[in-house]
Amino acid sequence: MKRSLVRIFTVLMLLGLVITACAPQAATEEAMEQPAATEAAQPAATDEAMPAPVEKTVVIGFTSSLTGSQEVSSKRQVNGLNLWMQQVNDAGGIQLSDGTVVKFEAVTYDDESNKERVQELYTRIITEDNADFLISPYSSGLTAAATIVAEQNGKIMLTAGAAEDDAYKTGNTSLFQLYTPGSLYLISTVDMLKTLDPSAKVAIVHENDKFSTAVIDGLKPYLDQQGFEVVLEEGYASDTTDFGPVINKLVESGATVLLGGGHYPDGSTFARQLYERKVGLNFISLLVAPADSKFPELGDAALGIATSSQWELAATHTEAEAAALGKEWYGPTGTDFAAAYEAMTGDKPTYHVAGGYMTGLVLQKAIENADSVDPDAVRAALEAMDIFTFYGGVQFDTTPEAHGLQISHKMVVAQWQKNDAGELQRVVIWPADVATADPLYPIPAP
Amino acid sequence: MKLWNKYSGLIVPVIVVLALAIWPIITGKPANRETAFTILKAIALATSLNILLGYTGYVSFGHIVFYGFGGYVGLFLLTEKNWSLGAAILAGGVASGILAYLLGSAILRLRGAYFALATIGVNEAMRSFITNFELFGASTGITLNFSVYKAYGGAAQALQTSFYIGAGLALLALIISYLVRTSKFGLGLLAIRENEDAAEVMGVVAPRAKTWAYVLSAIVPGMIGVLFFFKNGNVEPHDAFPLNASIELLVMVMLGGQGTVLGPILGAFAYQGMRGYLVTSPIFKNIQLSVSGVLLLLIVLFIPAGVVGWLRHRIPSLRKVLA
Amino acid sequence: MEQTIRLLLASLPDGILLGFVYGLAAMGLTLIWGVMNVINLSHGPIIALGMFSTFFVYTRLGINPYVGIIPIAVVGLLLGILIYAVAVHRVINAPHLSSLLATFSVNMIIIGIGTAALTTSPYNVDFSAGSIQIGSVTLLGTRLIAALVTIIFTSGLYFFLYRTRPGKYIRAVANNRSAAELMGVPSTRILALSFGLGTMLAAVSGGLIATFFPFSILAGGGYEIKSFVIGVLGGLGNPIGALFGGLILGILEGVIPAFMETSWVPVIEFALFVLILLVRPSGLFGAKK
Repeated sequence: MKRSLVRIFTVLMLLGLVITACAPQAATEEAMEQPAATEAAQPAATDEAMPAPVEKTVVIGFTSSLTGSQEVSSKRQVNGLNLWMQQVNDAGGIQLSDGTVVKFEAVTYDDESNKERVQELYTRIITEDNADFLISPYSSGLTAAATIVAEQNGKIMLTAGAAEDDAYKTGNTSLFQLYTPGSLYLISTVDMLKTLDPSAKVAIVHENDKFSTAVIDGLKPYLDQQGFEVVLEEGYASDTTDFGPVINKLVESGATVLLGGGHYPDGSTFARQLYERKVGLNFISLLVAPADSKFPELGDAALGIATSSQWELAATHTEAEAAALGKEWYGPTGTDFAAAYEAMTGDKPTYHVAGGYMTGLVLQKAIENADSVDPDAVRAALEAMDIFTFYGGVQFDTTPEAHGLQISHKMVVAQWQKNDAGELQRVVIWPADVATADPLYPIPAP
Repeated sequence: MKLWNKYSGLIVPVIVVLALAIWPIITGKPANRETAFTILKAIALATSLNILLGYTGYVSFGHIVFYGFGGYVGLFLLTEKNWSLGAAILAGGVASGILAYLLGSAILRLRGAYFALATIGVNEAMRSFITNFELFGASTGITLNFSVYKAYGGAAQALQTSFYIGAGLALLALIISYLVRTSKFGLGLLAIRENEDAAEVMGVVAPRAKTWAYVLSAIVPGMIGVLFFFKNGNVEPHDAFPLNASIELLVMVMLGGQGTVLGPILGAFAYQGMRGYLVTSPIFKNIQLSVSGVLLLLIVLFIPAGVVGWLRHRIPSLRKVLA
Repeated sequence: MEQTIRLLLASLPDGILLGFVYGLAAMGLTLIWGVMNVINLSHGPIIALGMFSTFFVYTRLGINPYVGIIPIAVVGLLLGILIYAVAVHRVINAPHLSSLLATFSVNMIIIGIGTAALTTSPYNVDFSAGSIQIGSVTLLGTRLIAALVTIIFTSGLYFFLYRTRPGKYIRAVANNRSAAELMGVPSTRILALSFGLGTMLAAVSGGLIATFFPFSILAGGGYEIKSFVIGVLGGLGNPIGALFGGLILGILEGVIPAFMETSWVPVIEFALFVLILLVRPSGLFGAKK
């Protein structure tokens, strides 16, 4: 008797679940119809009462990875975007010449770092939540899946954490990239090596995945062109934890410089083992991992490790730079941005934060230039954009082959060094005109 | 009446799939279409797995290998050889079927847990091989150019078309499942499930029957793979062979009731619906995985035959409909 | 050629030392399989819990990680008994699929709570036990000690199984449960104890691995799959065989990169795994059926 009761209970729970599974659909539909209704009412109001300022709320939609492997960087990107949105709304929105005041609102869901539901969620964001503009998810793979939905609905998507080049070469017309493309990630690092040590023997050891492979494919021809000797090229599986065999190959190859890495988990593991085994390389540059504020948890193993960074507070770009380049300056200074971010989250901004903030700032500029929120007008304004901000240059490729690819922004090279107090800190070592410290070259033996 | 008796088991499953296919059309909402697509995909995969798992009693932990392999073959033909979508889908199904035939002849000799472990090994070996296989784009995978969609009336129309094809494939999967279930071949499989040695004594040629069951369970996943990655626009090794998705399929089949036609359909519906709800629910968002785990545990412990099995047991008069 | 030999000499000792710890993890999996025919899919998350235990014991409490192994072992044992009582006992006689799904739901529960509490981002235990330099070969202290700990646990397990009464009961239940029950062996308690021991070994191996590599709550998955491979190499259900299986895997991982790119290692590993299942399902050291 008791057993069968338990069984009935379980079945009831299951049925309940099926019903609840259908319920949120209805709930969100109701909730979403409201903004749609108010928006529909607004244009009518504009026609009648010209002088009174009309407020229009623009909906910005995106998914982010609240869980799963991309969590750390994705959350930073979203924080940056939220900071921008808070600032622009607090400042009273954007004034258009016809008297309309544009304010912003975000709609977002968790994509679990998983491609399975990305298209489903973006379709919902566009058609149910009536998003006007889209921001990319974090990571090249998720973004690639989302772009198709953006394209089919003719929605503009600004991308930050989606560096890999291929997604912009699929014949789309709605993507606009703020990061320097993956294939150019290590170009400044090679330039720096050229001045430091043109006879360096280079080993390329990288994660065997989409993003890192794109970076390496861009790096190899440039190394060739600059006359460097590549003594080892090796890919490792994404879940590699023991780098012993790879490091032995590295030592055997006689390399003096290591370029490569992948993402945070493998990069930090690799750096630690390079230190433990006293490999004694002159210079090490790894992707992504050293740019994170968690990296100094490695202790002395972090010393001397360099990375390519989209933006560093220490080398933030200035109005003077913009003037020297003859470009239009726009937006806050880097210190103001960093102070506002620290006030909001209590954390120092990384380049992922800056990337998220920039997606909003660039959209704001495009709406101002277009003097409209009409998608076609905003698209035209983005295509014509050539500005300079604390984050650096922003200009998009407009050819059909690579529409939306970032062509103006440059990366800096950052390195972990010790300050006088013996604390690890990330300094900018290249390009020379923005550098805050000399490169630590060679890395001192442990 | 005779017809009713003959096909009564097919009615409820077909109604479920048709309802899912029509729901977005009636509501006119593309967001519903995407939700329905996710569920239809799960139905097609779980129903296919059930042919091996439910009817034949072989637990495959790596069934997703057919989805990924078929998907890769199809996308390769679409981009490199300019095949049409229909041809690529068929080719993906055929490729997975051939893979299943070759694999099946080898690993179906193993029984119980050894077979389950071998299927994990096959999936992981395939994933790491494709990550190094230049022809299929190695670790970068294959990216579709948007111009591919032009032939199907642009990206918007292509997603719509994909949805109908998805519904068709789900229907195909359940018809195959039903036909196997009601055929003499299916009876042979059930005999293998209950006692393989005795079945052989009774004249079932077990190795051949098992292999064909494996092939039948692999074809639709291969086709669904092509369709999903076509719709998705690109394919990468870790998206194509996620071991976790294999296990989720087992959960779906188990939830609804293994060995029945309707079971995997209800299981897929309930599981995907539940996950979809928990992920967006503000209360459970953070521990949604644990909540799913607790529910699954309760079901495994207290109603091991799944919902359909339990209903059949409790209400005998429903047995005809709940085939 | 000479270069290849030098590479091999440099990589082999590392592979062997790592192989010990892989073997310890696999021993837990294969013990449970041998006694009760259950493939424990909560094995990976338990390894991850062991890793986090070391993190909290060392980084938060400042206790030496090797001293910390003792409480980790005790907690692991109790956790295993709890999992057995809640999730496994009811389905112990049901078909395979039931126990697989029951342990998989435990896996989901642990990962779900772990994700909420610890996030999925990586943690690092900044602990070093120095290194020894022999010629061109570097041996890391943490790995040497971990291998030693593994040897201690393996001999302890061997002694327990062959020299103590509960250990003999475990072997009796593994051999033939109904016969053991007839002889008065309290089989439920023995099954719970075996599951506890298996979990303990997994947790300890996780605790040791945390001293070499950074980890996250999801990190156990990779070692779980390695444990399957090792279990099959050494013969499923044969704990001592698992140690040798671990060594073979460690050596393979050290040797293969000398001949081809490192990213091919998993291809060879899994292909070999399937091959051994087909040719010698009882493992390299098991008796032929």
